[in-house]
Amino acid sequence: MVGTFIVLGFILLAIFAPLLSPYDPIKTNLPERLRPPSKEHLFGTDQFGRDILSRVIYGARIEVWIIFLVTVISGAIGIGVGITAGYFGGLVDEILMRITDIFLAFPRLILAMALSAMLGRGLTNAILAISLVEWTVIARLARAEAMKIKSQPYIEAIRAVGASNFRILFLHVLPMCLSPVLVQLTLRMGTIILTAAGLGFLGLGAQPPTPEWGAIVSDGRSYLVQQWWISTFPGLFIAVVVLGFNLLGDGIRDILDPRLRR
Amino acid sequence: MRRGSLLDISGLRVIFHTYRGTIKALNGVELWLNEEERLGVVGETGCGKSVTALSVMRLIEQPGEITEGSIWLNDKDLLKLSEEEMDRIRGKHISMIFQEPIAALNPVFKVGFQVAEAIAHSQGITIKDAYPQVREALEMVGLDWQRTIDLYAHELSGGMAQRVMIAMALAVKPKLLIADEPTSALDVTIQAQILELLDKLVTVSQSAVVLITHDLGIASEFCDRVAVMYAGNVVEIATSEEIFSQPLHPYTKGLIDSIPVVGRSKELAGIPGVVPDLVDPPSGCRFHPRCKEVFDKCHTELPSLSQVKPNHYVACHLYQ
Repeated sequence: MVGTFIVLGFILLAIFAPLLSPYDPIKTNLPERLRPPSKEHLFGTDQFGRDILSRVIYGARIEVWIIFLVTVISGAIGIGVGITAGYFGGLVDEILMRITDIFLAFPRLILAMALSAMLGRGLTNAILAISLVEWTVIARLARAEAMKIKSQPYIEAIRAVGASNFRILFLHVLPMCLSPVLVQLTLRMGTIILTAAGLGFLGLGAQPPTPEWGAIVSDGRSYLVQQWWISTFPGLFIAVVVLGFNLLGDGIRDILDPRLRR
Repeated sequence: MRRGSLLDISGLRVIFHTYRGTIKALNGVELWLNEEERLGVVGETGCGKSVTALSVMRLIEQPGEITEGSIWLNDKDLLKLSEEEMDRIRGKHISMIFQEPIAALNPVFKVGFQVAEAIAHSQGITIKDAYPQVREALEMVGLDWQRTIDLYAHELSGGMAQRVMIAMALAVKPKLLIADEPTSALDVTIQAQILELLDKLVTVSQSAVVLITHDLGIASEFCDRVAVMYAGNVVEIATSEEIFSQPLHPYTKGLIDSIPVVGRSKELAGIPGVVPDLVDPPSGCRFHPRCKEVFDKCHTELPSLSQVKPNHYVACHLYQ
């Protein structure tokens, strides 16, 4: 319940960002720099006089965009690799899964950092990097589902009707794999924000002046002792939204797992 | 030498690789079938009936493997066709009906769509264009198409689902229909209905049928000829009447003696021993450890299927 409200609030924040934010998130206003939280600037201002509240609200848009793209890209790669491996089995399975294992062998954040450093700074490359790290989990899940579905009698029956492998894979195996994969993707959205913010903080993700949350936290690093508000508020938002997604994920799992239902 | 005008299986060997070793599931199966003929294949669980059927469809999957033999359908050896050519044979010239009709339908698509898919594939038309024929096919198997076309598999009873499967299989007017225990999962009254329906429709579509069953009664009632299988071999083939009246192979005799008859005072005879483990099958004739009439040759040599009377073939050293 709580998770749903947080995530809903987060999405509404992103949609209505222009209406909700009191100032332009990018325009600098040097006379107003480093103001503490007050009536005019609820979360204070940063070293360029930009309103932190506005930046955080616009940041929600960036995060939603990141989540959306990463989910779509990693979902597509993961499902594609997973069902191909699971359905065909044998050598195909062996090759695809060992590639997956190579990706899984690295710590996620380190691999994401390495990839985005390799691809070059910037939001798009960060999204690509995160997707390239995230697809492995989906691939394993989709593979397991595909293996299960492949041995169902109706797949044998449809083969007996003369359907080609390609047709069976996309028309009969793929739709059956989707629901657990979608749940898993929802469960991973919190992690995606964390990774994105991590990359942003390290300067590998969104570049200034893009108001990405991790990047804002990073902006306030050198002012942390005197002007604590610059880093604290976006940091809090990251924490709360990630918590929200995790709670939502737990909720969805509970609903879908009949053993946990009372 | 071709024995059947439609289908001729000879020397078919299939093995399955497992951790326990190699299972020699089929050990040189011989079967043949003329156009519009009905052949019953009977035998115990695990004797290779279904494996034979799946081999004809070329649906043996890893860890299974067809190692030897040929399966001629008209003038094509199915085992030599490419996967694409086989896709065109399946569902067009050969269709199949399965044991568990509800499980053989995809749970997330409507029944009508699945029948349409089968028809569309066989005729190379779009799924949308196939719908008029779907209605016809559902009517043909005695279902009200308006009520059934939009149902999902779990909304059907077993009998209805089997009717849908039959509609799918026969809508394409196949030359050969393989029915793998089509009535085993159904209760007795529905069994009779389904067999009657199959009988009617197969006559209309002029398809040949291979009926796989463990019920000798069903096989002899429905089929022209009956083939008895034991541990991966066809041991006897005869007409439906002869297999009952003059069984030759000791295994067939044992099977017929073990059918209970109401009012018979004699104690029911079984066949002693158990079905052999096919990882390490008995040498020579695979039936010899259980055979009452066993002699020295049986231990070493596998008998070949040979004709002893017109249209009566048996694989046993007693008759050679």
